[in-house]
Amino acid sequence: MNTELFGVISIFIISIVLAIPVGKYIARVFLGDKTFLDPIFNPIEKFIFKISGINSTEEMNWKQHLKALLSVNMVWFFLCFFVLLFQGSLFLNPDNNPSMTPDLAFNTAISFLVNCNLQHYSGESGLSYLSQMVLMFLQFVSAGVGMAAAAMIFTAMKERTTDKLGNFYNYFIKSCTRILLPLSAIVAVALLFSGTPMIFEGKDAITTLQGDQIEVSRGPAAAFIAIKHIGTNGGGFFGVNSAHPLENPTYFTNAVELCAQLIIPFAMVFALGFFLKKRKFACIIFGVMTVGFLLLVIPTVISEINGNPAIEKMGIAQTTGAMEGKEVRFGPAISGFWSIATTVISTGSVNSMHDSSMPVSGAMQLLAMMVNAFYGGCGVGILNFYIFIILAVFISGLMVGRTPEFLGKKIEAREVKIAAIIAILHPLLILAGTALASYFAAHDTAMGWWFSGNATGWLNNPGHHGFSEMLYEFTSSAANNGSGFEGLGDNNPFWNITTGIVLLLSRFIPIIGPLAIAGLLANKKYIPESAGTLKTDTTIFGVMIFAVIAIIAALSFFPALALGPLAEYFTLQ
Amino acid sequence: MKNIISLLKFTLLTVILFAVIYPLAIYGIAQFAPNQGKGETISVNGKVVGYQKIGQKFDQPNYFWGRPSAVDYNAAGSAGSNKGPSNAEYLALVQKRIDTFLIVHPYLKKSEIPADMVTASGSGLDPNISPEGALIQVKRVAKERNLAETKVKALVESKINKPTVMGTPTVNVLELNVALDELK
Repeated sequence: MNTELFGVISIFIISIVLAIPVGKYIARVFLGDKTFLDPIFNPIEKFIFKISGINSTEEMNWKQHLKALLSVNMVWFFLCFFVLLFQGSLFLNPDNNPSMTPDLAFNTAISFLVNCNLQHYSGESGLSYLSQMVLMFLQFVSAGVGMAAAAMIFTAMKERTTDKLGNFYNYFIKSCTRILLPLSAIVAVALLFSGTPMIFEGKDAITTLQGDQIEVSRGPAAAFIAIKHIGTNGGGFFGVNSAHPLENPTYFTNAVELCAQLIIPFAMVFALGFFLKKRKFACIIFGVMTVGFLLLVIPTVISEINGNPAIEKMGIAQTTGAMEGKEVRFGPAISGFWSIATTVISTGSVNSMHDSSMPVSGAMQLLAMMVNAFYGGCGVGILNFYIFIILAVFISGLMVGRTPEFLGKKIEAREVKIAAIIAILHPLLILAGTALASYFAAHDTAMGWWFSGNATGWLNNPGHHGFSEMLYEFTSSAANNGSGFEGLGDNNPFWNITTGIVLLLSRFIPIIGPLAIAGLLANKKYIPESAGTLKTDTTIFGVMIFAVIAIIAALSFFPALALGPLAEYFTLQ
Repeated sequence: MKNIISLLKFTLLTVILFAVIYPLAIYGIAQFAPNQGKGETISVNGKVVGYQKIGQKFDQPNYFWGRPSAVDYNAAGSAGSNKGPSNAEYLALVQKRIDTFLIVHPYLKKSEIPADMVTASGSGLDPNISPEGALIQVKRVAKERNLAETKVKALVESKINKPTVMGTPTVNVLELNVALDELK
């Protein structure tokens, strides 16, 4: 047990320590300074931009950034959608897996495009290797888009008046080649030498020791799993994601995969500090995020170690904690830690089945995605947090009776309206979606084309836990997370289409909003700091941000949590 | 239109970089990895009997058993049970597993059964059990094989992977059973 707790604490600390130099490096990349990879990638990038006729040096304003971002995403969507739709008859399909139905292809393409990776299929039987490679491409570029958006916000936060905010394509390709690609390669090699496969042959047929004939799925997994974590995507190569013994073979790979998913979200906060030369401000942000993270992690780890009270009553030895849905090589402590790491940042990869987590853990996982701003996904974590900063500045300004200013720029009605819309959108999508699904489930409606059978058929568990399954699915979609209470029968038009729409809205609107605010602020007159300025790099301001986050999340989500995991907790006692 | 064509070209070139060159480079490195990145296998008399990392079904009485699996150890379709902790149907299943385990191991007390032996793993392919899970099966296996209990127990103890700094203690069921077959 002590070795388990020691594992949790040291992996967390190692990730933070590693993130500081990486953050410094990211800031260098965004500032356009020289990096050690320039000799390799400068010529490649020049070639790519020359052939495609894209100008990667012209400065863009925020609207041009958005236009470039949205149009390139549209191209990717169609590419991926058609590959999935016809994968059965295309090449690189050794296991002869079938093509996807249109609704599943729609959901999957969107889900990987928006860095969510919801996965309403199972990797072994649902995808060809070609599709896996195309999805891996989206894992790179969707993370790159998030980081490019964050880079624009960083540039906009500089203390000057301008509408020139760098070039989208430049930020994007640099994020991919200088940050995501080298880190992924390191992780992939670590996985390879720990037993993760990387082959293009299909299933292997063997006879087991006691004489059963079995087939074993393999594939080009190592390369895929690396970017899945580095890019905080989370889509697994195999059906059970990082619980699969080939996807995550040892405690060591588990530590590597945890570090890999934590490092960029951590490093982005430090990068902000280095980029703006405001280290104290970055430390305050990191502090707020870490407090939030620990408040979610600690109850989860404790409840998983303590195990299931209902099984305790049966009289067996639950010394190893809650083991349903968990792997022996990981144990409950690191599985609990992982379940919060993956939901706080928007990875959504799992090394245990969240559906079988203890009720307290389920509540914490949900809350992590409902807040969606502690560390957060590759780049977009900072964007989400930015909204809360704007709201906190505005509210603090009102409280002390000063014009709210943030980094020398006046925050006015327009910016606050945008921030408020973004802050309300998240609970709206989650709660409206869950309400819709619950309505059908409660009335056991015959779903017709949308779902074969009556609505309760999609639930794998009765009662409060069944409600949690539906709540989790929409929360995961709206947070662009991608983990699931996987018992839910979600591969059908109802879930594929509703969550697909939620995914699209909750990815692009929370990118558009912060980009717009940052662009508008950058264009405003710079007011030098004076005695009357509200300081944003103080602990008090940190507390203020935390309070805003807590109030928004608690007020909007507490009733839903009470109906699901909290009610289940009390029935289990 | 010109814009779309240039975006298509851009996409194609980045696809080549991230989805062709990158995986091929990793594939190249894999040739130096254990078993050339094909997954490590375990062989008996030159015949592959399983993958070291992937759990397989053992239900014959003369072998050590692994954990319950929601997919019956289907290595081409991994899955967990996804049953919630309060699900009555699930709890009845766990109770049934405990009862069955006690019938097959009549010498055990209920409180000696570790949770991992009666709960399904996340992947359905867990290659490991806890050391306790292996030790409680020693008496049955020894009796089935007409071996001295102490000998089998010593074998199990030699197969326990104890964590040095971090991690959990584990026993790889396939490795244990392969070694058991060699035990005279």
